[in-house]
Amino acid sequence: MQRNLTPMDGGASNAGVVAFADPSDDALIEDIRAVLADCGGLAVEPARLAPEDDLYTAGLTSHGCVGLMLGLEERFDVEFPEKLLNRRTFESIAAIRDAVRGLLDGAAA
Amino acid sequence: MNMIDSVSAQEAYRDELVAAGLLIPTGVDGLYGRSGMFEEVVERFDALVTVWGGADGAEVMRFPPALNRKYFEESEYLKSFPHLAGTIHSFAGDERAHRSLLRRLEEGQDWTEDQVATDVVMTPAACYPVYPTVAARGPLPEEGRLIDVFSYCFRHEPSIDPARMQLFRMREYIRVGTPEQVMEFRETWLRRGREMMGSLGVPLDIDVANDPFFGRAGTMLSNNQRDQKLKFELLIPITSEEKPTACLSFNYHQDHFGHLWDIKTADGGVAHTACVGFGMERVALALFRHHGFDVARWPAPVRSVLWG
Repeated sequence: MQRNLTPMDGGASNAGVVAFADPSDDALIEDIRAVLADCGGLAVEPARLAPEDDLYTAGLTSHGCVGLMLGLEERFDVEFPEKLLNRRTFESIAAIRDAVRGLLDGAAA
Repeated sequence: MNMIDSVSAQEAYRDELVAAGLLIPTGVDGLYGRSGMFEEVVERFDALVTVWGGADGAEVMRFPPALNRKYFEESEYLKSFPHLAGTIHSFAGDERAHRSLLRRLEEGQDWTEDQVATDVVMTPAACYPVYPTVAARGPLPEEGRLIDVFSYCFRHEPSIDPARMQLFRMREYIRVGTPEQVMEFRETWLRRGREMMGSLGVPLDIDVANDPFFGRAGTMLSNNQRDQKLKFELLIPITSEEKPTACLSFNYHQDHFGHLWDIKTADGGVAHTACVGFGMERVALALFRHHGFDVARWPAPVRSVLWG
């Protein structure tokens, strides 16, 4: 894991990362929407998508999916393991939220 | 069969092919000359492909085994397969640099530092020159387009496996059109491919496949490709029963190339593309494997399919 939460540097400089340790669903979803807007290359505005909407129907391509994965990793300071590198992981904002939540919980444990 | 066994089976078959004179070694793994008999099999198989596909009226295009570097860059090949690409570099220095080059060569040092990229890149798959060519003609006609290409292709993957050459030939039909036109084309060729190869008396199977995309992003692209069944391969055992060799491939690119080169259908939609590729050397190697090295002694039904 790339997270860097040792007691020595858990202070103010890492506040942005620490904040993700237990973000609310709403906060996660807003962050995911922001990454989608930057990296997803969707045909529609991510703000208009409901959490359960199908992102592939909204124009997410295979290459767009790669950009989205990298953007999410940077935003949340996580690394998707190989078993999550498939279409289902990124099929909706809710699916991404669950995957990111799992990775954040795993990193905090 | 474990890894070591499969490598030794590949090496053994390569050595047999060389000993029989079918392949001519050059000292580089994956780079071979071919004998007259090998070429005759390739030519007869090429003709057989035309027997099955010729009546569709494809437009024939023949390109040299290289493409415009600009097209190569636009293709996003470097995003997916940086490890396979072959770019052509040439000397572009002055006389002083030339003297330095010769000195380095003589001293056995690296002499390539003054080599610069030319406008030419090795063709990675026979269909790559087709998409920008079709795009430059403007929107597609109602019926879309069907193109026939045949080219040597380069992939930087040196291997002892004679079925994994660095320079090999690929015949392809490429369909450009609406999603319906393109899917119908692929279904037709999945059926034809099975029948055509079945007529050659070789054991075969068709299975979902993925391209060897690079890195973690590549894992994702490979998984997506399999999930969506975008690529099928017709497999024939050559040096391994467990890991048969892909001899034909059936690829649906969705609107990937249509987007990249802005290819539009007659009604203004983004064009979809698909291709069927025939690995000429691999098919020849499979035939030699299953029917022996002497084509005069191949089974009569196979001879009649190929030689009429």
